[in-house]
Formats: sequence, structure tokens, C-alpha cells
Amino acid sequence: MPAAISVTDLSKTYASGFQALKSINLEIRAGEIFALLGPNGAGKTTLISIICGLVNPSEGQVLVDGHDILTDARAARTKIGLVPQELKTDAFETVWATVNFSRGLFGKPKNNALIEKLLKDLSLLEKRSSKIMTLSGGMKRRVMIAKALSHEPTILFLDEPTAGVDVELRRDMWQVVRGLRDAGVTIILTTHYIEEAEEMADRIGVISKGELILVENKVDLMTKLGKKQLTLQLSAPLDHLPAALGDYPLELTKGGDELVYTYDIREERGGIAGLLKSLEALGIEFKDLHTDQSSLEEIFVSLVKDQ
Amino acid sequence: MNWRAIRAIYMFEMHRTWRTLMQSVLAPVVSTSLYFVVFGSAIGSRMTSVEGIGYGSFIVPGLIMMSVLTNSVSNASFGIYFPKFVGTIYEILSAPVSYLEIVLGYVGAAASKAIILGLIILATAALLVPVHIDHPILMILFLLLTALTFSLFGFLIGIWADGFEKLQMIPLLVITPLSFLGGSFYSLSALPPFWRALTLFNPLVYLISAFRWSFYGIADVPVGISLAATAVFLGICLLVVRWIFKTGYQLKT
Repeated sequence: MPAAISVTDLSKTYASGFQALKSINLEIRAGEIFALLGPNGAGKTTLISIICGLVNPSEGQVLVDGHDILTDARAARTKIGLVPQELKTDAFETVWATVNFSRGLFGKPKNNALIEKLLKDLSLLEKRSSKIMTLSGGMKRRVMIAKALSHEPTILFLDEPTAGVDVELRRDMWQVVRGLRDAGVTIILTTHYIEEAEEMADRIGVISKGELILVENKVDLMTKLGKKQLTLQLSAPLDHLPAALGDYPLELTKGGDELVYTYDIREERGGIAGLLKSLEALGIEFKDLHTDQSSLEEIFVSLVKDQ
Repeated sequence: MNWRAIRAIYMFEMHRTWRTLMQSVLAPVVSTSLYFVVFGSAIGSRMTSVEGIGYGSFIVPGLIMMSVLTNSVSNASFGIYFPKFVGTIYEILSAPVSYLEIVLGYVGAAASKAIILGLIILATAALLVPVHIDHPILMILFLLLTALTFSLFGFLIGIWADGFEKLQMIPLLVITPLSFLGGSFYSLSALPPFWRALTLFNPLVYLISAFRWSFYGIADVPVGISLAATAVFLGICLLVVRWIFKTGYQLKT
């Protein structure tokens, strides 16, 4: 089975001379949820726009399910559903008409049952006869998702799908996305909400200044780059770290009230046990302890900053 | 060929007309009727007939042509400009449709509307002045060819325009003056020789003349030349459309 999307040496330089993408290589596997993370202007939308045919590539090749996007555009595009970042809808059309228009545009025969189910899944069924201009922002976003799914694509692009969507709706939308994944749809999403990538994605790509700086399994990424911290609240403050604890990466904070031990997630768990034994031997007592794990957000910020 | 896509675009555009019935059908009918009242009755009653045809009847083909021309251009230019303006064009550009299919959908709809409008005006005119059509089949053919050619031209304007001002510029500053000066309201033989020669550079002269010929059998220029001139213009528009979609001009960066 070919990769859902295969990008080879893809570059894009706009007429202004701005280089939005620098030789991107990326494979997206069929059936996965792939999250593309990156700060504003990193090239996320340009990458998606090229794959979907909205922007001409300057160099390189893109295959969608084995079909070249330029020489075999019709076959490639039939596979793809696109939900762009900004809300762009035909204000005067009804929900029903606009979703059916999309299906026709992609060359699929009318299928009322399918569209009805789609609207139902997106909680839009009771709005089917409403004009789009009368809908709320969150509903318009769902109309755009319904349009993108109307022609039964096997690959779905969601460019910032939950921007401007309230928390409850965001959870609903994640549910929809998971349902699609279970149905075998490959999903590529870009997001600012790292929480979203953390919650949803199988793999994560980080893009910054037009370069793909990393592509990694989400779990691996978090283990590889994530740090854990053990914080001990001491019974009595220390004014300096005892020399006997010099081997441990320790830090005294809160005026000597807290002792923070930072360690790698992959590290053997022996580290903590050893530390606690050493503390006991030195007679240092503590009232309480807790551990923190760095979030994807912190990992992401450190990655982009290091670049 | 993605026929369903052509149909989807065509129906979308026709539905837009239906929604704006007053503006797209009723308004042109009213304004054309006004021409008849003013030129046909008020002024025409003081004028002698033109080449044996009553003045009111004489202006019917020209008026229909004017409406078909301006409506083809405005329908088609707005039809493609509006999705660009609100951004819904993303869907058309990402869909598995060829440029030919997009053009067929938009231009087909714009031309259909213009033809329907032309026929409505013809019917309105027939109520007000005596009208007879010598060559009905050729009349329909000219109507079709004109509507298609100018819808295609309007489509090009819609793609080229990056603001409402540009969208209005060509119709208001080029099409309207040329159709007024193209013999809608007078016979070229009424002009002094210099102006008559100059007028022959106005492409709309050929359309209006041929169209009037299909009604009354009188023409300012030979019908064959009219047909050839229209076909050449249609060919040029087709080539430009092809180039636009190949390069993505004003559509893709």
C-alpha cells in the first residue's frame, strides 16, 4: 500500500522572494492522524495548500496515494477533503445545498442518506435548511467539515480545525475526527493547540521557518525529549546543597524550601530510589513530594527555540 | 469529463439568479422597456423609418444585443469574481475538475441567463412594436454565439479583477459605449464617411448588424464577416482562458 501522502524535496518560493518551504520530505501513512505543528508563518498552510492544489510548488514532487498532484491531479484530488483555516462559505446558500454542491463538484452521484448521516454526525441536521449566514462560527466550521467529507475522501486535511471553537465543541470535534480515523480515513491536522496534537495525533511533525525539523511518533517524542521533575517540599529549609548529593542534578528553590530533581523519562527508575536513600542517610526530611512531566508544548517551544 | 461538477457549478449559478430574480431578470426588462418608451415612442414617432423599417422595430435587435452583451459579461464576471472575493474558490481549485469543466459550468450558466433574458426582452418588445424574424434559426445561433463569447469574456474579467472597481471598469467603460456606438439605435449609413469607417473598428458593430439582419434582412456589414469576427474573438478568449488555468494567473500563487 503506498503512503497516503508522499512529499519529496518540496520547495516553495513565492513571487515576493519569500521562501515558505525548504526542501520538505515527508511520508504520511495511510490511516494515521498526523499533526503538523509550528509557529505562525512556519509554512504549515503552504504545505497543505500545495498538496491540495491551491498553490503551485516551485520544486519537488507530491504523491497522493501514489498519484502525482500535477500530472495525475484528478485521481489525487478525488482522495482529498480539505477544511481550510479561515471560514469561507457561501453565506446565502443553505447547509443542504452547499454540502451537496461539494459532492457534485467532486464528481460523486447524489446520496441523500449519506449527506443526512454526515450532517447528523456533525450535529447539523436540524440546520439543513438554514442559510449559512445565520449560523454561528462553530457551526460554519462544521459545515466546512461536512463539505470536505461529502465526497467520501480517504485523506482529510484539517487546517486549524478548532481555532475559535469553544471547549465543548472542540471535544465533539475530536470525537468526530476519531470516528473518521476508525473508519480508515487518514487525517492531517495543523494546530496551535498543542493539547490537541497531544490528545489526537499518532505522529507529529514540527515545522519551523519552512523546514521540517522533526517527525516523530508522539509517544516517542514525549519520552525522548520530555523531562520529569520530582519536587520535594522539605521539612526544614537548606541553605546549600550538601556535597554528598553532588552526583544528582538537583536544584534548591523557594529559598531552600524545595528540592527539585530533574531526570530523563527514559532513565532507569533507580535514580529516584538512590536519591531518597541518600537524603535519608543525610537526615534531610520532607513533608510532601510531587512529580511533573513536561507537556508537548514545552517540548515544542524548546525545539523551535533551539533552531 | 467530470459532468457532475459541471452540473453542480451550473446549477449553483442558476440558483443564484433565481435567488436574485428581481435584480437579474426584472431590472433589465424594465430598463429595456424604458428604451422603447423613450426612443421608440417619444422620439421614434418623429423619425422616419430606417431602411423601410419603423424606428421602434429597428432598434429591437440592437436593444436585445445590448442586454445580452452586458448581462453575459456581468453574470460571468461576477460569478467567478465572487468566490474569489469571499474565498470559497478554494473548493473549486482543490476539486478534481479541469479548467474546461470550470469554464463550461460558469460560462454555460452565464450564457443561459443572458439568452433567457434576451428572449424575454424580445417577447416584451413584440408586445410594444411590430417585430418579425426572417431567419429564426440564425437569430438563435447569433444569440447563442454572442452570449457564449461575451460570457467567456466576462469570465476573464472576473478572474483578472482584484477589486470591485476593476470588475465594473470594462463593462461600464468599454462594453456600454461600444454597444451604444455600435449601431444599436441607428444605421451606419446615416453616418458621415469618416465616422462610418472608424465605426468598423468597433467589434460590436458586427454582432449588432448580423443580429438585425436575422430579423429584417438588412445589414451594415456582410453577415459572413460578422460571423468570422465573432468566431475570432471567441477563439482569442478561449486561448486566454487556457493560459490562465495553465499558469494559475490570479488564482494560484
